[in-house]
Amino acid sequence: MKRFTLSDRGFDLINTIFLLIILVLIVYPLIFVLSASISDPQAVSSGKMWLWPVDITFKGYERVFANDAIWLGYRNTIIYTVVGTAIHLFVLLPCAYALSRKELMAKKLILWFVLFTMLFNGGLIPTYLVVKSMGMLDTMWAIIIPNVVGAWSILVARAFFQQSIPDQLVEASKIDGASDFYIFIRMVLPLSLPIIAVMALFHAVNLWNQYFNALIYLSDRDKYPLQLILREILVVNQMQLNDPGGSAESLVDQVKTAGLIKYAVIIVSSLPLLLIYPFVQRFFVQGVLIGSIKE
Amino acid sequence: MKGVKNDVSVPAQSKFYQVKKNFARNWQIYVFLLPAVAYFILLHYIPMYGVQIAFKNFFANLGIWGSPWVGFDHFERFFNSYYFWRLLKNTLILSAYQLILFPLPIILALSLHEVKNSIFKRWAQTLTYAPHFISVVVVVGMIVIFLDPTTGLVNRLILFFGGDPVNFLTSPGWFRHVFTWSGVWQTLGWGSIIYLAALSGVNPELHEAAKVDGASRLQRIFHINIPSILPTIVVLFILNIGSFMTVGFEKVLLMQNNLNAKTSDVIQTFVYQTGLLEGQYSFAAAIGLFDSAINIALLVLFNSVARKVSDNSLW
Repeated sequence: MKRFTLSDRGFDLINTIFLLIILVLIVYPLIFVLSASISDPQAVSSGKMWLWPVDITFKGYERVFANDAIWLGYRNTIIYTVVGTAIHLFVLLPCAYALSRKELMAKKLILWFVLFTMLFNGGLIPTYLVVKSMGMLDTMWAIIIPNVVGAWSILVARAFFQQSIPDQLVEASKIDGASDFYIFIRMVLPLSLPIIAVMALFHAVNLWNQYFNALIYLSDRDKYPLQLILREILVVNQMQLNDPGGSAESLVDQVKTAGLIKYAVIIVSSLPLLLIYPFVQRFFVQGVLIGSIKE
Repeated sequence: MKGVKNDVSVPAQSKFYQVKKNFARNWQIYVFLLPAVAYFILLHYIPMYGVQIAFKNFFANLGIWGSPWVGFDHFERFFNSYYFWRLLKNTLILSAYQLILFPLPIILALSLHEVKNSIFKRWAQTLTYAPHFISVVVVVGMIVIFLDPTTGLVNRLILFFGGDPVNFLTSPGWFRHVFTWSGVWQTLGWGSIIYLAALSGVNPELHEAAKVDGASRLQRIFHINIPSILPTIVVLFILNIGSFMTVGFEKVLLMQNNLNAKTSDVIQTFVYQTGLLEGQYSFAAAIGLFDSAINIALLVLFNSVARKVSDNSLW
């Protein structure tokens, strides 16, 4: 029994056009980079290539994949992301679960202890000095440990445990003689796969994309994560990715391929996340939503 | 049995007894807290305690605790320096600029919510979320590519329409616009998720009743949808205010160069520069402390204002 008035239809039309414009503005830069990464640099810089690839070439990718620094950065980023996410879950989940149990004493105090870090932190310099004094400078731990877990994640995971782990289940198992360790590992965790996925994904994306900790804590180039290498290539323009011995190329050609390499390196570094997220999108959205539940 | 009797007659002892009993039965739950508590103490509370170097003259050989006190010297030096007003102004303008654009994700959510075709809606959501997953380094890299004075797409368009090429990245006048709008590009879709969820909770009966009364779509958006999600809007606004002075400085740092420093120099980048690059730890820590003090003051202020005028607040 829908009543279509002219103004309703007019509204839908205008709304759709509005959304389409926004979509084009958001997606166009991404398509442009993707197309430019496999187009002839000449066509890109002259404006012949504006949407779809022109004179397809994979030279940019060849250069990127032939570069040891990028491979090493990639490997480091994967290691930091996997280890960091594992530690994140190890710290986060037991703590959030404990805070969701009603037999926990001094719960208010502990919650404030956690929440206060959201409101106030020592700041860049004191944190740096502490990390330094702990001997973590120039190690993988400097990337992972300073941001192991945030108060927000703990609140979100705690809200999940409170809602989805029935009290009776835990109490009955305790009467049967099960220990809290056993209950947590064998019963709570298997029931909590959605929140584990959400938290792991959020943290992994942050670790994959962050550069600042690496910038201030690492000096050994062999430990650089991908983002720091990207910073050199894309932003600082320090890195020479051209053939070390390749004198066959003229200077003009080298400048052109340098552009091509930039596009290729953007795709190589961003594609994993861009390909994965649509499939796990509902987990991310769920995470944002659980986080929005006010207590 | 005796224990129970004691509970009633001697409350102090009973409390202790209960704590002991609780602990004996549930000690493993307290073990669960240990990794997180250790983390927060080591990497949050010790640095908080270390903030005292803002009131000291830090010497590496004496350490944080052993360095001599100097009171508010570093703060005074900062407030009296010629760059203080420039830093404060740049930080405030950049923050205010981003805050003005706070309604954009709400508009997107309101618009997406009106889409009836669920396939189009799903695609639109997925595509607008995409930039959220791109790193800040890559976003700045893309800005550099697109805004290049000779080969960049934007300048070729300007040339095509008969204008003169603009060097956006080195011009102080353009920095704020480029910074803020590239931020909109990256966060618009992701920021709308929370409002979309709030919109899906709006009571459909309100819409039915309004339809009967002859309200148009636009009227219903303004008089039903927006008031319904107002609590969400207020809470997120307060949270935004709480990080007012933070401005996303990791991106500022990437976009900054000597030529645009006049507008891109913000408090946080200055802390990084003086503290970590020049090694003036105490001075930089004082500036950082000033920055977070403003953040907390704003958060508390706006929270109490929101509580008074709208009943919606963080606490």
